[in-house]
Amino acid sequence: MSDALKINKSGSKPRPLSPHLQIYKWQLTSIMSIGHRASGIALSFGSFLIVIWLVALATGPENFLLVNNIISHWFGQFVLFGFSVVLFYHMLNGIRHLSWDLGYGFELSTVYKTGYSVLVVAIILTTITWLAVWLY
Amino acid sequence: MATPLKNAKGLGSAKHGLGHWITQRVTALALLPLTIWFVTIIALMKDSSYDSALSLVSNPFNATFLILLIISIFWHAQLGLQVVIEDYISNKTKRMSLIIIMKFIMTAVGALTLLSVIRIAL
Repeated sequence: MSDALKINKSGSKPRPLSPHLQIYKWQLTSIMSIGHRASGIALSFGSFLIVIWLVALATGPENFLLVNNIISHWFGQFVLFGFSVVLFYHMLNGIRHLSWDLGYGFELSTVYKTGYSVLVVAIILTTITWLAVWLY
Repeated sequence: MATPLKNAKGLGSAKHGLGHWITQRVTALALLPLTIWFVTIIALMKDSSYDSALSLVSNPFNATFLILLIISIFWHAQLGLQVVIEDYISNKTKRMSLIIIMKFIMTAVGALTLLSVIRIAL
């Protein structure tokens, strides 16, 4: 008997288990689904950046200068860039999820179209945002 | 209007599943315009100095939108993280403890941030 079947505790009849995640072929749909959850977790922590900025601003110029120096450093900018990419991805894919909740966009071809659109628009919005930061 | 809503109301052991599901979507909806607004004002700040940041946040309209943004962020994040914990932690004691700790942290950090904005704005 394989180890997978021994997990069953009832002892009577081993029930079949679904294949483990790594068995499945990678697809845009599954990656974007996992990506939505992963980006949500990342953004929960990313929101602490906004918290730190606002708390530093409320506690005075010295603290704000310290936070500002960290943000202005290349690594700080890199983190903020990553934050913006993940934010736009989660926001746009969230719109996709809301449309599914309303019952629209379940056609497989549509699922792929909206999926690729999310990725393209996320790149465009990130580019516009950082161009605005650097040029304005 | 007859909808399948009546079939989903009051189900599950805690009877709160539907409310959780809807609140997750309503906060998502609120976050759409608030996020676009926030990214725009931050990207268009003329410099990152203390004075610029102070005048930005102390503007009553900006402060109001910031408060709405912070409430929506932490409400939405807390609901999402709860589902993640529920999905991956099978031990009931660990699961409940982690959810409660997570909610305490998110509530405390959210409150701290709200107070900071109010202090700057007043």
